[in-house]
Amino acid sequence: MVTSNPTQGGAVAAREVNDFDRRDFDWYVDKAVEAVVFVCGVSAIVFVLGIFVFVTKEGIGFIIEHLNFREFFLTPYWSPSDADDPEYGILALIAGTASVTGLAMLVAIPFSLGAAIYIAEFASGKTREALKVLVELLAAIPSVVWGFIGLVIMNPLIIKWFDVPVGLCVLNAGIILGLMAAPIMTSIAEDALKAVPDRYREAAEAMGATRWQVTYKVVLPAAKNGLLGGVLLGVGRGFGETMAVLMATGHAVNIPDSIFDSVRALTATIAAELGETVVGGEHYQVLFTIGILLFLVTFTVNLTADLIVRGIRKG
Amino acid sequence: MTTANAVLFQATGLNQRNERVQRLYRLLFGLMTLMLIAPVLLILGTLVVKGGGVISWEFLFTAPTDGMRSGGVLPALLGTVWLVTVALLLSVPIGVFAAIYLSEYAGDNWFTRAINLAIINLAGVPSIVHALFGLGAFVIFFGFGTSILAASLTLAVMTMPVVIVATRESLQAVPQAFREACWNMGATRWQTIRKVVLPNSITGILTGVILEVSRTAGETAPIMFTGAVFFTPFLPQSVMDQTMALSLHLFVAATQVPGIADEIPFGIALVLIALVLLMNSASIAFRMWLRGKKKW
Repeated sequence: MVTSNPTQGGAVAAREVNDFDRRDFDWYVDKAVEAVVFVCGVSAIVFVLGIFVFVTKEGIGFIIEHLNFREFFLTPYWSPSDADDPEYGILALIAGTASVTGLAMLVAIPFSLGAAIYIAEFASGKTREALKVLVELLAAIPSVVWGFIGLVIMNPLIIKWFDVPVGLCVLNAGIILGLMAAPIMTSIAEDALKAVPDRYREAAEAMGATRWQVTYKVVLPAAKNGLLGGVLLGVGRGFGETMAVLMATGHAVNIPDSIFDSVRALTATIAAELGETVVGGEHYQVLFTIGILLFLVTFTVNLTADLIVRGIRKG
Repeated sequence: MTTANAVLFQATGLNQRNERVQRLYRLLFGLMTLMLIAPVLLILGTLVVKGGGVISWEFLFTAPTDGMRSGGVLPALLGTVWLVTVALLLSVPIGVFAAIYLSEYAGDNWFTRAINLAIINLAGVPSIVHALFGLGAFVIFFGFGTSILAASLTLAVMTMPVVIVATRESLQAVPQAFREACWNMGATRWQTIRKVVLPNSITGILTGVILEVSRTAGETAPIMFTGAVFFTPFLPQSVMDQTMALSLHLFVAATQVPGIADEIPFGIALVLIALVLLMNSASIAFRMWLRGKKKW
């Protein structure tokens, strides 16, 4: 536009350039805001790095000086407050976290996928809206309330129904964690189903397929990656849950033989013991080392989920 | 669908079998949905029945007495208000600006993807790891001590993704043509955002903020070692004070206080749930009202 008419004099062209390349007050404000906005955008990355750096900084002393991989990961003896010979084996804690998360996912995955399919594909109009709101509200219940429910409602029920001495066990925490993770997984799965274009459904219905055939043959295969990503995010949430697990597992260091055994989770151990440690002491550093482990595992799970979900967008 | 078909075509045996299978699955998934929701409603009902009796103005507005074995929840309630307010003052501006960057400035490249991944991770890292971060960074490294400031900063970092995601969605819902019209008038990018994009998305952003209030109020683990204490007879006077908090108070009352009256923890749980669910419902209602009002 500037050089649209080469026969005109250079002065005219120069003035037009100035009209567009202005350096007035608004221009500087615009540039300043752009910088501020960029810094805020980058802050998310800074915070994640910050979490890794600061948690590592507090735990690194133990990792460098005392960490014996075999003893740390493969022995189930956890007695950090033993003054003479403290032992830091997290195998039992890993078993606790794994058993509770595993049971929770066994409960939550089929039910939340079923619920997501019902809400996205079968329910209609007002029912769908009401169910979506309800699921969203259930997802908002704080974890400490779930722990309280495990402690005062599930505990006596399990003792009564299964005739066991203690109701704070893998079963209790697994159900609580399952109920807790299910609404989150339901809404992510429902989003994944909704992301499948309607014309896929219409094409299949035009061929005479029933709703279930459309869902099973068309929608589910198309939403496969999104659903898998949602399940993974749910696993990450369950794995990292703290308060509910602290209150409902019974908090006993133990490799469980049955679902009625009390266990103790990695997250709950940090929450329960950090308050009684000396800043910079060995026990304190070990708890931060567990924190690093938790961070790395959830980071990997989230990254994998992201890669899987992105897979569909590219393909 | 079937009734309309029946007039035009004769349903074959295969059609009828497919139809039966379809009804069966509809029933199955409907039942699964019900089994997901019903137990929770039942549990919430139990909480209301057992804790409802203790709720009164006096319960809300007096301090715990007799070593927390009786009395009300006032210091915990006020502490939660402090924590949430300070956390929001820190996270909402940063979160909204971050969302503006992602929606209005960022290109579709690896860098934007890294930011998105970081946001997912901020939301996905276990709350207890956020607690460790808050302790290592704000309490010890920056020297804020165990204070409302340190706890709120921890909460702010943890819940910021809620604001970012909600804001980004409502910014992206503003049609591109609105921006182009404004640019054509010679407005700068920021003028366009401030005068056109933000006014058209402010209600959506507010929805996200309300949602964040509810998330922040319910968190327990991140504040345990950074600023919230089991009991303090003082109400907080500044951001450098320690405070009680409703969520931690429920944990303490349920597990650490022998001889507490049974209905008190139920009452605390009920107050906490009511606070969180009211905020959430407000956010949802706001969003629905907005959707009905939308002109484009």
